[in-house]
Amino acid sequence: MDITSMTAVELGKRIKAGKLSAMDAVQGCLAQIDKVEKDVHSFVTIDRDEALRRAEEVQKQIDEGTLNGPLAGVPVAVKDNLCTSRMRTTCSSKILENFRPSYTAEAVCNLEKAGAVVIGKTNMDEFAMGSTTETSYFGVTRNPWNLDHVPGGSSGGSCAAVAAGESVCALGSDTGGSIRQPSSFCGVVGLKPTYGTVSRYGLIAYGSSLDQIGPIAKDVTDCAAVLEAIASYDPKDGTSIDRSVYRKAMTDGGEGQAVPGYDFMSALVNDVSGMRIGIPKDYFGDGLSAEVREQIRKAVRVLESCGAIVEEFDLSLVKYAIPAYYVIASAEASSNLSRFDGVKYGYRTQEYEGLHHMYKKTRSEGFGAEVKRRIMLGSFVLSSGYYDAYYLKALKTKALIKEAFDQAFARFDVIVAPAAPTTAPELGKSLNDPLKMYLGDIYTISVNLAGLPGISIPVGKDKKGLPVGMQMIGNCFEEKKIIRAAYTLEQEGGRKS
Amino acid sequence: MANKISDETIEYVGILAKLRLSGEEKENAKADMEKMLDYIDTLNELDTDGVVPMSHVFPVNNVFREDVADQKDGSRETLANAPLKKDMYFKVPKTIG
Repeated sequence: MDITSMTAVELGKRIKAGKLSAMDAVQGCLAQIDKVEKDVHSFVTIDRDEALRRAEEVQKQIDEGTLNGPLAGVPVAVKDNLCTSRMRTTCSSKILENFRPSYTAEAVCNLEKAGAVVIGKTNMDEFAMGSTTETSYFGVTRNPWNLDHVPGGSSGGSCAAVAAGESVCALGSDTGGSIRQPSSFCGVVGLKPTYGTVSRYGLIAYGSSLDQIGPIAKDVTDCAAVLEAIASYDPKDGTSIDRSVYRKAMTDGGEGQAVPGYDFMSALVNDVSGMRIGIPKDYFGDGLSAEVREQIRKAVRVLESCGAIVEEFDLSLVKYAIPAYYVIASAEASSNLSRFDGVKYGYRTQEYEGLHHMYKKTRSEGFGAEVKRRIMLGSFVLSSGYYDAYYLKALKTKALIKEAFDQAFARFDVIVAPAAPTTAPELGKSLNDPLKMYLGDIYTISVNLAGLPGISIPVGKDKKGLPVGMQMIGNCFEEKKIIRAAYTLEQEGGRKS
Repeated sequence: MANKISDETIEYVGILAKLRLSGEEKENAKADMEKMLDYIDTLNELDTDGVVPMSHVFPVNNVFREDVADQKDGSRETLANAPLKKDMYFKVPKTIG
């Protein structure tokens, strides 16, 4: 069996059984990269020597019996906004073109501890701002299913790498849908965990209150395995949640229930009988392509035939999520990106007169158009006189959206929705109308505002052969419910649809 | 409500954002921002009186640790990324006139 068609868990089993080595696995991916990378362009940086050296190190530990988890020896790709001390980290921006972090992100460290081998850093929209991976300074990534189409974004490189078999699985980050939407466009499985589940330490911040790192994989099992490896409580991230303490705080307070732990693979159970699934009517109206709607309805019928109780409901407030998101994310971005000033790292302009001129010229030359657009908007909504009208208003809207989801999850275990209104658009068709592009995030964005976990899984193809993804959303800390529902659909989908 | 961004406002936002925009970029930024703000104004349809603004979904607390001295020195690695340095310092344009 060809390495490029194996899942991470299958590959890990073969390596453990001695049928393949970790070096074979890396060589398999590198050979596939040689074959398709010139067309797909998933990566910003590939470090062959380092990957092979690391594979040898991992193989030694496997042979000694010190590494025996499901991901030992498995090649992975990492989105280029996650710091890696051994490979440059660019955020697909000119301003960080040659940045070499002095430390590695906690999520990547966790993955390496599990024995995964990082083969390279994947392309993305600059600073994760975009929905197509077309705003990268290093050129576009193409959709492996059809090279004339985008892979989605911002984690487009990670999703394309997995879809094209260049990597077995990958890490992405999701601020407004940046794991789920490209996963949907590339026909892979991507999961955004509950806010605070995976440490953001070493993730170059875009919208700190919304950013989460998550797995991108070929199937639900791999997704659960990678999430189990990367999730941890990390005091180095002030918003990281210690689930054991959180559980105690909630139960001591007399309200809420125990918070489920990190054993995500235990949720790989083919059973949804009695599971209550909510379909937000507002997500299936105008703007949703007929083909996407049909594929999702089919998948819902499969879940229903497996014993799930499906009911439509009004989620409300749907149209307010995108404006609230762009205010909050841009505001946080304008603050987060102020650190790029040409002093401590990254690009500095060649000629300047004085400090402020240097700052401005460096940033104007170093950032691309979309990044500047959001920094400007963010600076404006935070400025004196507009703060209350825009920023505070958006935070209040966020509170209402969270409340709407709380009400929904009192009735349902899982909410099912599209991941995106359409399949992947053609290259070059999105950036000329930013507002239209932003509207494409309508089904993913509110999940970030409410801090919820969401998974996108492939449910079919459109007439052009492009993948359609379906999103399953869970209540906070309920990753296991969406993993269970997604796993059941994956197992039963082929048989019953 | 149609938002109108004046030249002064875009100039001021440029200062806050530490960005230097060309004439054309300024015009584009004005048009972009007006369009976005018109869209963001849909939030005004919502009655948010009495709603407590939510900056984080979960309660955020300060995370403290013991102040323990160690011998680690990451200054070389940190300085390795400096676009300009002198000895063990970042080099910047003159900041005090």
